[in-house]
Amino acid sequence: MGKWAIAVHGGAGIDPNLPVERQEQAKQLLTRCLNLGVAALRSNVSAIDVVELVVRELETDPLFNSGRGSALTENGTVEMEASIMDGTKRRCGAVSGITTVKNPISLARLVMDKSPHSYLAFSGAEEFARKQGVETVDNDYFVTEDNVGMLKLAKEANSILFDYRVPLIGCAGAAVNDSPLQMNGLPISIYAPETVGCVVVDREGRCAAGTSTGGLMNKMMGRIGDSPLIGAGTYASELCGVSCTGEGEAIIRSTLARDVSAVMEYKGVGLQEAVDYVIKHRLDEGFAGLIAVSNKGEVVCGFNSNGMFRGCATEDGFMEVAMWE
Amino acid sequence: MVGWAIALHGGAGDIPIDLPDERRIPRETALRNCLDLGVSALKSGKHPLDVTELVVRELENHPDFNAGKGSVLTAQGTVEMEASIMDGKTKRCGAVSGLTTVVNPISVARLVMEKTPHIYLGFDGAEAFARAHGVETVESSHFITPENIARLKQAKEFNRVQLDYTAPTPKLPEVSGDSQIGTVGCVAVDSAGNLASATSTGGYVNKMVGRIGDTPVIGAGTYANHLCAVSATGKGEYIIRATVAREVAALMEYKGLSLTEAAAYAVEQSGPRGCCGLVAVSANGEVAMPYNTTGMFRACATEDGYTEIAIWPKN
Repeated sequence: MGKWAIAVHGGAGIDPNLPVERQEQAKQLLTRCLNLGVAALRSNVSAIDVVELVVRELETDPLFNSGRGSALTENGTVEMEASIMDGTKRRCGAVSGITTVKNPISLARLVMDKSPHSYLAFSGAEEFARKQGVETVDNDYFVTEDNVGMLKLAKEANSILFDYRVPLIGCAGAAVNDSPLQMNGLPISIYAPETVGCVVVDREGRCAAGTSTGGLMNKMMGRIGDSPLIGAGTYASELCGVSCTGEGEAIIRSTLARDVSAVMEYKGVGLQEAVDYVIKHRLDEGFAGLIAVSNKGEVVCGFNSNGMFRGCATEDGFMEVAMWE
Repeated sequence: MVGWAIALHGGAGDIPIDLPDERRIPRETALRNCLDLGVSALKSGKHPLDVTELVVRELENHPDFNAGKGSVLTAQGTVEMEASIMDGKTKRCGAVSGLTTVVNPISVARLVMEKTPHIYLGFDGAEAFARAHGVETVESSHFITPENIARLKQAKEFNRVQLDYTAPTPKLPEVSGDSQIGTVGCVAVDSAGNLASATSTGGYVNKMVGRIGDTPVIGAGTYANHLCAVSATGKGEYIIRATVAREVAALMEYKGLSLTEAAAYAVEQSGPRGCCGLVAVSANGEVAMPYNTTGMFRACATEDGYTEIAIWPKN
């Protein structure tokens, strides 16, 4: 019997001037989700089930950019996407363009388990959701006041904004001056992806991974990012489970999640070395982060961005929630 | 300085050896024409991105392949097309899904790559983008062929998803993985080592509306980096989970395998027999076209004079 391990994330790339209350809220949410996963693992829930239940919790909470609290499209609506992968047989499921399903990660799971396909999107995915009887709500359920404000700022700046919740009082103008750091060509105060994810290895050594997001603030209708793409935002194999976050285009180009596993498989290195390698050598000029577990019960986080909201725990009793280096 | 090379495919699947002439010859001719087009373009110094796009456009326009005109139909009798393109040197890429009126999906994928800060657009958003850029659109009926209406009917009768080619002689559903002519693709390298890959498809016969396959998923159906360019075809669900196109490059990069070895291995480990094939070129001007299905419509040529146009194994 092996040992379990779990990691969660709430996005890579954090404004160094992030207000303290938000830092606190983030840490509390990550802690809560981690504890949820740990409790499940202690009662021998399988890796894939733990991933789903933890990501559901992250989606339901409006803090990060997934489910409720998702970033808004250029039209002020929400289009969510998610993917989940079970390392054991490399089964996977993904969805994009979700507008009424409360928990996209669960829909992705249903695609994996209950459909003959791996990836469903837009009206087809919504139709499938109805047939499966999953919980649906109006699109405005997902829209928060904070994000409506952010979208307005983004449009004024006439640029794509990644999801970031600066309190409206501290406007983007001031923040821009304070933060010379950039991600995707924008000051970090107005860019932070806050995609969520979870990776788990259970006592049987089974790895699983899941990622969920609302995508980029002010994104074009129909824009799909890395989160629902197997091999980019999410990957799991017999050896490991990986979930990524950050500049979506960079993650796709570098097939980041898949590469962690490929490096382990083909170079025969361990998880830490594989994660270090891909972060250092695969991202070129892109900024991103990832969380990963191995079938040996290890857990590793890696990022080249300015911080990453993350938490991890192992059966040995190690537990940590962090944001910075 | 190495030579140029190009390879293209019109789909891997259970293509029956007794394929009648009237179905085989038009496809072979199309492969030959597309190869000639691609070779001329390379000889006149066109960049592999341009070469692969123009070859795939030609294949999309041909009604006998499952892309553009001739795309297989969804469960609702409609067409939903997807495509992707990738540049090896920069790893820039573009992808589209859920197109219903655009004559050449591969060109929209290219526009996404070049004209937006994004990589992938789908469905209504992709259609709107295409219109905003003035690409050629037509009535959806343009894409629908009588052959594909018949295939859909057959699939519904069998009440299952199938790949888009079924032999005329009835087969037991569980025996045939279902032959397919599905998906088209092209990979090319020029003498400067620039690489590109492009893939386009209508997907699976009787697929659920909104189903996305491997073709637009970078790393699954399409991939290119400084070492090689790959375009895959077959059962999309297997190709996605095995990240087949990326696999070829990863094996070369991390395990030091040659193109031929890496391509063969990637196909082998992608899933059970009958699930996929691919075409690939390397920065050194080599070509590989492995498949684990009965056959794959394919063609390739290299600067040193090698040419091949084939459907089944060579003997």
